[in-house]
Amino acid sequence: MKTPEAAPELPAKALAAVDVEAISALDLSRPDAGLAMPSGSPDPDGLVRDLVSFYPPRVQRKRSRHIKVNDPHEIPKIEANVRTAPGIITQRGCCYAGCKGVVLGPITDVLQIVHGPVGCSYYAWMTRRNQADVPDDAQNFLNYAFTTDMTENEIIFGGEKKLAQAIREAYEIFHPKAIAVFSTCPVGLIGDDVHAVAREMKAELGINIFGFSCEGYKGVSQSAGHHIANNGLFANVVGTEELPASMKTNPFRVNMLGEYNIGGDAFEIERILARCGIQLISTFSGNVQYSEIARSADANLNLIQCHRSINYMAEMMESKFGIPWLKVNFIGADSTAKSLRKIGRYFGDEDLIARIEVVIAQEMGELEPVRTDVRTRTNGRSVMMYVGGSRAHHYQALFSDIGMPTVSAGYEFAHRDDYEGSRVLDSITIDADSRNIEELTITPDPERFAPRKTEEELAALEAGGLKMHNYDGMMPEMAKGSIVVDDISHAELEHLIKVYKPAVVCSGIKDKYVIEKMGVPCKQLHNYDYGGPYAGFKGAINFYIEIDRMVNAEVWRLITPPWAAKKPA
Amino acid sequence: MLNHTPTEIAERSALRINPAKTCQPIGAMYAALGIHRCLPYSHGSQGCCSYHRSHLTRHFKEPVMAATSAFTEGASVFGGQPNLLEGLKTVFTTYSPDVVAVHTTCLSETIGDDIPQIVGEAKRQEIIPEGKYVIHANTPSYVGSHVVGFANMCTSMATYFAKEVKSPRRRTTDKHQINIVPGFVDPSDMRELRRLAEATGLKVTMFPDTSGVVDTPQTGKHIFYPEGGTTVTELQNLGRGVATMALGWWASRDAAIEVEKKAYVPREILDLPIGIGATDRFLKILKFRGGEITKELERERGQLVDLIVDTQQHFHGKKVAIFGDPDHVLALTEFCRDLGMVPVHVLTGTPGKRFGEEANRILGAKAGNIKFEGDLFTMHQWIKNEPVDLLLGNTYGKHIARAQDIPFVRVGWPILDRVGHSLMPTVGYAGAIRLASRMLDALLDRRDRDAPEHQFELVL
Repeated sequence: MKTPEAAPELPAKALAAVDVEAISALDLSRPDAGLAMPSGSPDPDGLVRDLVSFYPPRVQRKRSRHIKVNDPHEIPKIEANVRTAPGIITQRGCCYAGCKGVVLGPITDVLQIVHGPVGCSYYAWMTRRNQADVPDDAQNFLNYAFTTDMTENEIIFGGEKKLAQAIREAYEIFHPKAIAVFSTCPVGLIGDDVHAVAREMKAELGINIFGFSCEGYKGVSQSAGHHIANNGLFANVVGTEELPASMKTNPFRVNMLGEYNIGGDAFEIERILARCGIQLISTFSGNVQYSEIARSADANLNLIQCHRSINYMAEMMESKFGIPWLKVNFIGADSTAKSLRKIGRYFGDEDLIARIEVVIAQEMGELEPVRTDVRTRTNGRSVMMYVGGSRAHHYQALFSDIGMPTVSAGYEFAHRDDYEGSRVLDSITIDADSRNIEELTITPDPERFAPRKTEEELAALEAGGLKMHNYDGMMPEMAKGSIVVDDISHAELEHLIKVYKPAVVCSGIKDKYVIEKMGVPCKQLHNYDYGGPYAGFKGAINFYIEIDRMVNAEVWRLITPPWAAKKPA
Repeated sequence: MLNHTPTEIAERSALRINPAKTCQPIGAMYAALGIHRCLPYSHGSQGCCSYHRSHLTRHFKEPVMAATSAFTEGASVFGGQPNLLEGLKTVFTTYSPDVVAVHTTCLSETIGDDIPQIVGEAKRQEIIPEGKYVIHANTPSYVGSHVVGFANMCTSMATYFAKEVKSPRRRTTDKHQINIVPGFVDPSDMRELRRLAEATGLKVTMFPDTSGVVDTPQTGKHIFYPEGGTTVTELQNLGRGVATMALGWWASRDAAIEVEKKAYVPREILDLPIGIGATDRFLKILKFRGGEITKELERERGQLVDLIVDTQQHFHGKKVAIFGDPDHVLALTEFCRDLGMVPVHVLTGTPGKRFGEEANRILGAKAGNIKFEGDLFTMHQWIKNEPVDLLLGNTYGKHIARAQDIPFVRVGWPILDRVGHSLMPTVGYAGAIRLASRMLDALLDRRDRDAPEHQFELVL
């Protein structure tokens, strides 16, 4: 549980020296321009044509719609969040992975039972590297995997009885505060009603028990699972408890949405917010406990880190409780500073704004020497990244910090608005695959709805350079002529690496050793493999050092044996 | 660490906690990588393929290429035929495999997709190029375990490729050819098994063979189909072997039976050659089938025995807990017994009551807790009730080892947090020397750590 602490003292002299007026005049709404393409980059239009040339005609046409040459001033329309062509060798996973693996998995004290054959539970067991610093006397099930280990018998005769019994056994052994149940592919097909079982067991055991219909085949990627997870968490947990009055003394209360504490990122964000005097009520869902989420309706602002996986939650919380949301990015030193300034601007408190400036100055003071040093070895070297639903955007900021331009990027499971920005939301067509994912209709809570800002206040913030409820997306912050690839395939990835010869590629574990076999270092940006944190200021320092190591490692020099090396001219 | 695991053991009939197995398709995917120029193909949701590739990649730290039918809700309702047809078309056009090895998932099994029928349709539509093959194995995730999936794909290799022989009298035998089904082991192990068998003068057809596929060198190039893997020609000629040696009852037996059924090649069902006894039996059968045990092989064996003589004082009477895949665990149990240790807890996640019978036979009066279809929660509770000096198993044992503060040696699959297993074998005499050394290191590191200063020895 995150207990509110008094903000640490900051030097009065520094605080007094902050020019609050100047800070308040900054335009925080403009997208940051991406670093320009390196000179001598290949002709992007020809490259885009080559990229689809290895496919059968139908797949060529389909893939062409997912691959665009970027222009930040006239953003092209890109196809996203539609079915993957079978056989292309995609990076994508399934709905279950998005629901249990990404959004719910990191919650420490909800006992999570996967209803299905053993594999689904097994693969989601500790592989995401969600960290948590849970006190010894609190419950923490992160190192446990629970499953009904469905067998042929249940496939034929139904698995509801086994599920009910599994919940009973889990309760008897562990006495958790809450139990969540996740459906895998066969569950939907054989017609098991996990929600009915959850309701019955909730009545029987007297703890909160809720189910998720996140069968792997739903939607077109992990994305459907995020939405289902948001719905379930919102309907069953958010706002079910109230924050004690003793914890409501600080008005600067926020939730951190879409931060899963992979490699300790959330720890660093918690540290920075605490230094600024901002109280974190709940994170969705890294390093978080059930009751923190239950009390999250008492925050005064929702911050969105990973827009793709959690924007539904922010929208629903605004509709029901009146909490506005603000897109932030704590990946990258400059973008962390900008995000903190946005928070200061939102609350509009002069002391807070001053504190934030002092914290930024102090943290940047520590970071700058490292950044300057690393930059001498990384400046101008190019990067490609194909990952997730937000990181392929966020990490561009971190690379920009050390002068590395992103020549090509794309998401694995994002939607058009994550590429082109919130402005295209109304023009996104919902196809049959996405229409099957329930969209909850939310109305204001008769007792707890309290708009934190009036319409006028929000309009004033916007006029003053702070856009609320907005995500600009990846493409406005990428260079003209860079190539954006949605749901990249193996063949496309390999071709792009051969053409661009980047200094580093960011991708997932399935691509990692392909890339490294090609003699190019790969930074795995799903779970970081072993490293982190990379968020915030200390995380940025870690990342600079990590990338410096990777792109300048001695080992790349050793690939060619001395007897095979070309003689120097 | 694992603070909520109580010492008191309550009976469970429905809840699996911390599994000691995973599902069939990943085993089938791994086996298929052992065919030369083969692309494994997962007929189901994208997530299955993604999870399996990720997990195999983490174990081998190598590219693991495989494609998926990418089922959506529509395919789940109306059947996956259009997805498989389109997938095959794209795969053959874009990635040019010689063989596509399709395995099913719980999804495609539950809706009852008939793979041979769909492949027949693909042939009719001329999606499969001349001289290329599509094979399949049914691998329902709700039956057996990853080991069973591996076995099913091995069996399919024989079913699809081994040339049928009409009667035993019509059989043409190459008296030097021995078929070996190596089991769900590392490429290093497959390499070592081949080396041992070839050292007896026999010619080896090993299937599958992932050496040269998931242990490739760094050359600055990614080779989509590396040079390793059993060739289609080798598989077609399985019927010429003097015998098929199945190493491991769970992972390999069915494939050897299939070769026997199709081509009258006698089967030899053996344990996985981990440790001295099982390796001895492996070589005995090679000798029986025409191989010659060379002085060099006897030297290797002698070196292993010598190492055990030199170190038995450190192993004697030490309690060990062993978990993992059944073929591995049984062989390890015998080896630990031969080292003078006491395997007090022996567990596999894979079903099969034969596991209990075999473990009891190996341990006799010393048999302690033995369980098939068990899980790591049970293993942890056993250890809490009767502590051990050493834990042997895959990476998932590290939390128990930390919680109970016991030395831990990683062996089996998967190993996600250490390297070496892909390149250095566990099987054979050399593998046993390496394994015994690692176990000894773990025991003696602990002794050194815990020794009072006046008993902290330079020489041990």
